[in-house]
Amino acid sequence: MGDTTGSTGIIGTVVNATPRTRSYEVATHWQLMWWKFRRHHMAIVGLSLLGVFLVIALIPEFLAPYGTHTRDTSYAQGPPMGIHFFDSTGTFHARPFVYGWKSERDPVTLRRNTTVDESKIHPLRWFVTGEPYKLFKLFATDIHLFGIEGGKVHLFGTDQIGRDVFSRIMYATRTSLSIGFIGVIFAFVLGLTFGGISGYVGGMVDLLIMRVVEFIRSIPTLPLWLALAAALPRDWSATQVYIAVTVILAMIGWTHLARRVRGKLLALREEDFVLAARLSGCSHVRIISRHMLPSFMSYLIVDLTISFPYIILAETALSFLGLGMREPAVSWGVLLFSAQNVRSLVLMPWLLIPCLFVIVAVLAFNFVGDGARDAADPYAK
Amino acid sequence: MLRLIGERLLSTVILMAAVSVVAFILIQLPPGDFADSYANKKAQGGVVITLEEVDEIRNKLGLNRPLYIQYFDWIGGVLKGDFGFSWEFHRPVSDVIGERLGLTLALAFSTLIFTYLLALPIGIYSAVRQYSIGDHVMTLLGYIGLATPNFMLALILLYLGSELFGLSAGGLFSPEYEEAAWSLARFWDMLAHLWVPVVVLGTAGTAFQMRTMRATLLDEVNKIYVIAARAGGISEFKLLMKYPVRMALNPIVSTLGWELTNIISGAPIVALVLSLPDTGPLFLQALLNQDMYLAGAMILIYCVLVVIGTMVSDLLLLWLDPRIRLEGAR
Repeated sequence: MGDTTGSTGIIGTVVNATPRTRSYEVATHWQLMWWKFRRHHMAIVGLSLLGVFLVIALIPEFLAPYGTHTRDTSYAQGPPMGIHFFDSTGTFHARPFVYGWKSERDPVTLRRNTTVDESKIHPLRWFVTGEPYKLFKLFATDIHLFGIEGGKVHLFGTDQIGRDVFSRIMYATRTSLSIGFIGVIFAFVLGLTFGGISGYVGGMVDLLIMRVVEFIRSIPTLPLWLALAAALPRDWSATQVYIAVTVILAMIGWTHLARRVRGKLLALREEDFVLAARLSGCSHVRIISRHMLPSFMSYLIVDLTISFPYIILAETALSFLGLGMREPAVSWGVLLFSAQNVRSLVLMPWLLIPCLFVIVAVLAFNFVGDGARDAADPYAK
Repeated sequence: MLRLIGERLLSTVILMAAVSVVAFILIQLPPGDFADSYANKKAQGGVVITLEEVDEIRNKLGLNRPLYIQYFDWIGGVLKGDFGFSWEFHRPVSDVIGERLGLTLALAFSTLIFTYLLALPIGIYSAVRQYSIGDHVMTLLGYIGLATPNFMLALILLYLGSELFGLSAGGLFSPEYEEAAWSLARFWDMLAHLWVPVVVLGTAGTAFQMRTMRATLLDEVNKIYVIAARAGGISEFKLLMKYPVRMALNPIVSTLGWELTNIISGAPIVALVLSLPDTGPLFLQALLNQDMYLAGAMILIYCVLVVIGTMVSDLLLLWLDPRIRLEGAR
């Protein structure tokens, strides 16, 4: 924090004790971390992106013009509709619009051809009424963010049977992110418990837990996930599979955290402030929860941020293979499942759009993780 | 030194034993056994099959004996090179895997070589020319490489290949060499196809190792011993290679086994997308069909590959870094 303390020029700092310097001296731990985090531009970009994802995950029903299984058979396998401001004659429209379309089957190849009909114009409208849904499972409404009159708008095109890809991605974002979130929470609890026991009890228990951790880390995880997921009964409901998949992902993901917790506990046991707390007669529980845990909580949060994308990627891979989530549930992996063969990719390249969402989400988490890693220790340099 | 190696070998053997138990348990996990799924398949084909017949199959295969006996039966065979019988293929597992394992190994090692050949020079460049345009471009590419899952990259390459070049990308051989016997021409043909899966599998690892190399080298180049050597008048290139790079190689070598783990982990799913004739699709199919001896053998082989890779990287580290040797001898 060279620039905030103003370490150069001894006399200068004393005389120019700016308000900023003083605020640095009285700032809380979390404030210091936030200041340090803020200096990472990419981390801020990542955080904003995550904010967008969070909004999508909270209210996909509102953002998506249609439901996950609403079929628009007249526009099946249709390409993304471009949003235009200028029509074919060059006239400017203040309200963006999409063109109309004609769809017919090629009599020879039976392939469906969708042609843009530039004579028809469908202006985009905000807050249109559509399919009814319950916002946050509480408020019944039928308002959707956008839509058109006299037809349906498909920003990202439609799939084989005419379901709107954009709407499905909105819902899939909720599933994929929540699996990641719950998986991380599971992993966190497991890691904290086993790492805590290992570091605090020590001895044989420590040895045993650490051997298990090492073992899990030394075998290839994807085949392990696959085998575990393949063991799930095929007739389970979407909710059961959802829970099982999160548990499987967490079971592999906790080892890193357990190791970290153990290491920190072992190091902290020798610290002066812990000794002081012990000498003043604090109980074990109080020492752990009030003195040791807060001092490495920030590191744990960093580890969580970093492990988030791995869990998302793993879920995507599982579902992509048909071993994780399955229709009718939608997640990013489930959406990509239909893009598995080259033929449908060449016909409908827009089925790859969910890839973009996955990549952006993982990038955002990585950027935030990088920033958080530096911010976790706000007193360093 | 010898004691260190001995200890390392011993722990490897223990690890392998543990791996074999896990492989066996995993295979036992799916509800129902092979007799059930065999009966299901027959029933779907319209053949009437009675419970007695199912039991008979179970008896014949020894599926109703206690689990630990089945395990020792299985592992005893494995040690003699007999992995059991694949009920799906009606052939010994070792035959089914044998003809495909070579390709998996070739793929894994090509990817490993590709990763390091690319990552080390780029990492060194990025560190020496920190904050140059090249460094920024490489950093960005590295981030994207890490964020893109293997199979998505494979899908995108497949799409681009067929759209831009009219390639039937995927597979490992041109149609005319598909069934041909091994020859130099067929080998070249394979190399011409191998780069796609190698790039797909290697990208994430390359990105990671590049970042590691850059970070550790940046830590090293400003240390006093480097300045001392520079003051001594060694040429800049020789100085870089002889001191800081050698130091920075440590974390690279120690993650070698881990890198191999990632490659082996990613290989089956990539092989499926690119329809490679290696063990990947075989493994997934075996899992779906609960062809337990085949799936168990595959998990065991994957794990053993990784365990051996980790051991090799540890031994390499012993050879590379005298500090570790001395600590062990103490």
